[in-house]
Amino acid sequence: MILKIIIYVFFAMGIFFGILGNVGVLKFPDIYTRLQASSKCGVTSVVSIFIALMLLKGFTPITARILVITLFFLITSPVSSHIIGRRAWEEGILPWRKKSSPK
Amino acid sequence: MNLLILDVVIFVLIAISVLSMIRVIIGPTHEDRLIGLNLAVSQVLAILVITAVKFDRSIYLDVALVYAILGFLGILAIARYLGGQK
Repeated sequence: MILKIIIYVFFAMGIFFGILGNVGVLKFPDIYTRLQASSKCGVTSVVSIFIALMLLKGFTPITARILVITLFFLITSPVSSHIIGRRAWEEGILPWRKKSSPK
Repeated sequence: MNLLILDVVIFVLIAISVLSMIRVIIGPTHEDRLIGLNLAVSQVLAILVITAVKFDRSIYLDVALVYAILGFLGILAIARYLGGQK
């Protein structure tokens, strides 16, 4: 019973952070803020969904494979976000500032 | 009961991926399109793993692992191509 509640909490966390990250990617004004929303919320939502699936399956071979996919995703997704941010910085895109604030 | 929550999560992930593909279409620069593509790749990966657990087939997990590797290499190759453009 407690395990089922934990599984539901992890699924709800995945859905919540996924919706939040995508709304951030749509609504934020600049490339770096969009990158922040995409990186943090995307990784959190997908990894919490994977943890919920691992708790759902128990000790089976599927769990070990999901663990391998989780570790790989946890390594490569921030690396690709870093590559995109570095590419944007080398192209000369400056960070966004408010129009009313003095420079 | 467990299969119902898996269906709900799959539907929500598909609806979310539509939002990030909107950013891929309307993005002003190339890097915005790459951000949307990275997010869509991770959500499709989650959909593949949930499908594997739902039907209890472990062959989908191999597909998901290869998809993760190819998504990462695709982002890397597109960024490197945009870097060598000038």
